[in-house]
Amino acid sequence: MSYQLPKFRHPDLPVNDLGYTRADYEGAISTLCAGCGHDSISGAIVRACHELSIEPHKIAKLSGIGCSSKAPTYFLGNSHGFNSVHGRMPSVVTGAALANRDMLYMGVSGDGDTASIGMGQFAHVARRNLNMVYIVMNNGCYGLTKGQDSATADRGSASKKGDANIYSAIDLCGTALQMGATFVARSFSGDKEQLIPLIKAAISHRGFALIDVVSPCVTFNNNTKSTKSYEFVREHAEATGTIDFVPMHNEITTEYQPGHAHEVTMHDGSSIRLYKMDESLNPFDRRSAVNVLEEHRSSGNILTGLIYMNLDSRDLHEVLETSQRPLNALDESDLCPGNKMLLNINASLR
Amino acid sequence: MKPTDTKNPEYFHKVVDCQYACPAHTPVPEYIRLIAAERYTDAYMVNWQSNVFPGILGRTCDRPCEPACRRVRVEEEPVAICRLKRVAADNKDDISDRLPEIPSKKNGKRVALIGAGPASLTVARGLAPLGYSIDIYDNQFAGGGMMRSQIPSFRLPIEVLDEEVNYVLDMGLNATFDVQVDSLKEVLDKDYDAVFVGTGAPRGKGLNLPGLEDAMPNVHLGIEWLASVAFEHTKSIGKRVLVLGGGNTAMDCCRTSRRMGGEDVRVVVRSPFDEMKASPWEKEDAASEGIPIYNNHVPKEFVVEDGKLKGMHFEKVEAHYDEEGKRTLVPTGEDLVFMEADDVLMAIGQENSFPWIERDLGIEFDKWEMPVVDKVTFQSTNERVFFGGDSAFGPENIITAVAHGHQAAVSIDLFCRGEDVLKRPPPIVNQSSQKMGVHEWSYDNAVANDLRYAVPHAPLSKTLKNRKVEVELGFDVDTGYKEAERCLNCDVQTVFDELRCIECDACVDICPTDCITFTNNGTEEDLRQRLEAPANNLSQDLYISADLPTMRVMVKDENVCLHCGLCAERCPTTAWDMQKFLYNVSKAGA
Ligand SMILES: Cc1cc2nc3c(=O)[nH]c(=O)nc-3n(C[C@H](O)[C@H](O)[C@H](O)COP(=O)(O)OP(=O)(O)OC[C@H]3O[C@@H](n4cnc5c(N)ncnc54)[C@H](O)[C@@H]3O)c2cc1C
Ligand SMILES: Cc1ncc(C[n+]2csc(CCOP(=O)(O)OP(=O)(O)O)c2C)c(N)n1
Ligand code: SF4
Ligand code: SF4
Ligand code: SF4
Ligand SMILES: [Mg+2]
Repeated sequence: MSYQLPKFRHPDLPVNDLGYTRADYEGAISTLCAGCGHDSISGAIVRACHELSIEPHKIAKLSGIGCSSKAPTYFLGNSHGFNSVHGRMPSVVTGAALANRDMLYMGVSGDGDTASIGMGQFAHVARRNLNMVYIVMNNGCYGLTKGQDSATADRGSASKKGDANIYSAIDLCGTALQMGATFVARSFSGDKEQLIPLIKAAISHRGFALIDVVSPCVTFNNNTKSTKSYEFVREHAEATGTIDFVPMHNEITTEYQPGHAHEVTMHDGSSIRLYKMDESLNPFDRRSAVNVLEEHRSSGNILTGLIYMNLDSRDLHEVLETSQRPLNALDESDLCPGNKMLLNINASLR
Repeated sequence: MKPTDTKNPEYFHKVVDCQYACPAHTPVPEYIRLIAAERYTDAYMVNWQSNVFPGILGRTCDRPCEPACRRVRVEEEPVAICRLKRVAADNKDDISDRLPEIPSKKNGKRVALIGAGPASLTVARGLAPLGYSIDIYDNQFAGGGMMRSQIPSFRLPIEVLDEEVNYVLDMGLNATFDVQVDSLKEVLDKDYDAVFVGTGAPRGKGLNLPGLEDAMPNVHLGIEWLASVAFEHTKSIGKRVLVLGGGNTAMDCCRTSRRMGGEDVRVVVRSPFDEMKASPWEKEDAASEGIPIYNNHVPKEFVVEDGKLKGMHFEKVEAHYDEEGKRTLVPTGEDLVFMEADDVLMAIGQENSFPWIERDLGIEFDKWEMPVVDKVTFQSTNERVFFGGDSAFGPENIITAVAHGHQAAVSIDLFCRGEDVLKRPPPIVNQSSQKMGVHEWSYDNAVANDLRYAVPHAPLSKTLKNRKVEVELGFDVDTGYKEAERCLNCDVQTVFDELRCIECDACVDICPTDCITFTNNGTEEDLRQRLEAPANNLSQDLYISADLPTMRVMVKDENVCLHCGLCAERCPTTAWDMQKFLYNVSKAGA
């Protein structure tokens, strides 16, 4: 078994605006099982961050506990990281984000970490619309603890052990919509063409952006009776449409027929283009998103792609009117504005 | 694109860049692994089978394998393939019990070999074990051809040469030395079943410049002078020596001069430095012995005073290139440059010459007076006469002569058995999985980051005093091991089985050099531009699978694959396997 990645890279790797290659966004060699979907998601995150030319030191990756939560070690090796407590990643991100709003917060969690022990935290971070990307590597089981059914396992689905799950599943996209998330998407670890633009869009979105990524656990939940296996997902995934991400500085050159594509400008000036959208879905309307999600669920299909995006999203900082600058950039005069200011404040409270 | 046919041995053969580039197709990574395993004798025999002269070639080979080495596509320097061969030769045990048995009962066929250089010796080695009676004729006092007369002892010690030449001569050959063959007709009249001409390209070219006649006693043809030094007819040279020419012969001439009394030895060459024919390492070695190279100087005339050579005049030129890159040397218009000289060595090239081959023997000659020889069978237009080595297509090098010799031996054997010489035996291939455990391989799959190790040299104070003192000391065993570990094992092939693949992307994600892509099929041109990384090296193939369940195909660009096996380690279904692919060119009698 190799524990070290060779140092050599492809000599013609593209460089981004910062002069970095994809390799500069890689992490340590993965110790997850060979073929684990989580590794592909890591690969997609590397691609998205490289292509968006994000400075690695401006990213913080945070996670809970699980195979999925281990994954941040295997990408963005030059970024900040915090591997927190089971289900508690959202509160750690909340603290970090409030202290420094200039960073990109990339939360990585599992279906166990999110839908079981972390359900309460998940609900509240969505509801507060914290400006973060929240990626769930969803394999329908507790991979790290040897494959017990998780709360996202479909009723009737069976893992390697063979017993059909008797409980109904929590749909994380549905829950997030319910809780007030402003960006909701679903994807599949085996479909980078869809996943990478979704991650980019989630990064550009200001507010809470959930991507629920079905990510097969090859070791415990990739058997024929599982609804989270590579084969099942490939057969039952139905995309809402295709999505293209256009960075802010790229001139839009391609022509496309009106009605067939929809172009949306993100708050940071970049834009996303949606093509061949499902007629019944209006991804800017929450009710429509809830309905379409439910329709697919009841017909046994897995809806993937962008499901909902709130174009008027106001994130927690805007709502709370917090300092525009990170706390570590505030000096003594900002923090102790003096007696006169104190008197003013006191007066306003009388 | 169509799915790759990996059953065709040429596909994986081409992936083994060094072996593919070697004219004799020596299984390089195979012997390098044996060196790393300290199995020097085995490593030596792998070489001996393929190239007959491992100890000689480990010191002198032109090494076309090294520029082809995969490592130069991911870092600066290739594996020191050639010098590792020497490690095998230096550290081997007695090999006499591993040499082929020579049947005492002959097969009744008689073959004559003219010239006892590497080409003829290779033919002999191929045919002797098959029971052929072999007569070999050479005009030198011992076998080896130019390896003996031209390559100086400070690069190739006599003992090393003798040992490997004798392995062949001792196969019961009937060798006649010190005999000049003056008529091919006479040889053919002796009713040989086949005759092989391995007489090399023995004639040195000269420059007929003004003053040559008077300067003559001190102007020498490089290859004649080197032979005369090797055979100890020449014992010294003047203090100031000019060597004309920029090839390897010039390098051997100047370095030999330094050892024969030359103090101010200069190489003067018409072309720019970078376009000299000499190998870079030969130029470095000359430079390290204090020999300056004057480039862009065209020799104009010999300057003779009082009937004695004083020096030479040169015209300074500049290289100009037209749109097609064709070079012309244009005089700069500066004054002629004068350089003093006691002796001048002309090392500007060699040519073939066949005054001893009658033109009415059915052997066709072309307009350059070269025999018409088939590039595959080495047969001439007289079906009984075969050519190989420098005599076939002009001066090349030892390994090329060996490669020709193998093929000529195959042809002669087919011909003597009355079979079609065009029906070549297929290569002998063996492919086997290297899997040992779940994630364990029987080869060292970790990729060493080490830069190329330099071969240590003996001090100049010793080497310049005696032309027989070998300059290179060779790698010691430890350094040899470290250098061997730099080999990427390109013969351990990545073999893909589409029926097993679940398209999880694990191999794509882990591959350090972005070789693997799953995508929709297309034309080669189109595919090359939409892979994980652009596939711009057109000399390297794309490996294409049959359609996968998603109707995509797996495309692997072979270009910078490190053969690290990580794809196979990360594949949950063993759709990738690492399989050692051993390819051996068929030899005579196969
Ligand atoms: C100065 C110099 C340095 C070289 N250094 C290298 C090197 O480092 N590495 C490398 O790979 N190659 C080197 N070469 C080239 C290499 O020596 C030849 O390419 C190689 O020896 C050719 O082998 P061959 O068997 O075709 O012929 P040769 O080696 O030339 O052997 C032919 C033999 O036939 C004999 N012969 C010729 N005509 C007759 C006749 N009519 N009757 C009887 N005998 C005859 C010749 O005397 C000679 O012994 C060098 C060449 C020169 C000139
Ligand atoms: C407080 C606490 N409770 C339970 C555990 C045991 N535990 C470790 S990982 C895990 C579930 C992980 O499941 P998931 O988040 O889906 O990650 P996966 O391994 O499937 O990627 C559990 C229950 C723990 N580490 N801490
Ligand atoms: S146990 Fe499952 S989730 Fe964990 S690394 Fe292995 S395949 Fe991935
Ligand atoms: S062996 Fe596999 S993982 Fe390693 S470089 Fe080659 S294709 Fe990539
Ligand atoms: S790792 Fe194996 S199963 Fe997965 S895509 Fe690669 S070859 Fe196919
Ligand atoms: Mg899980």
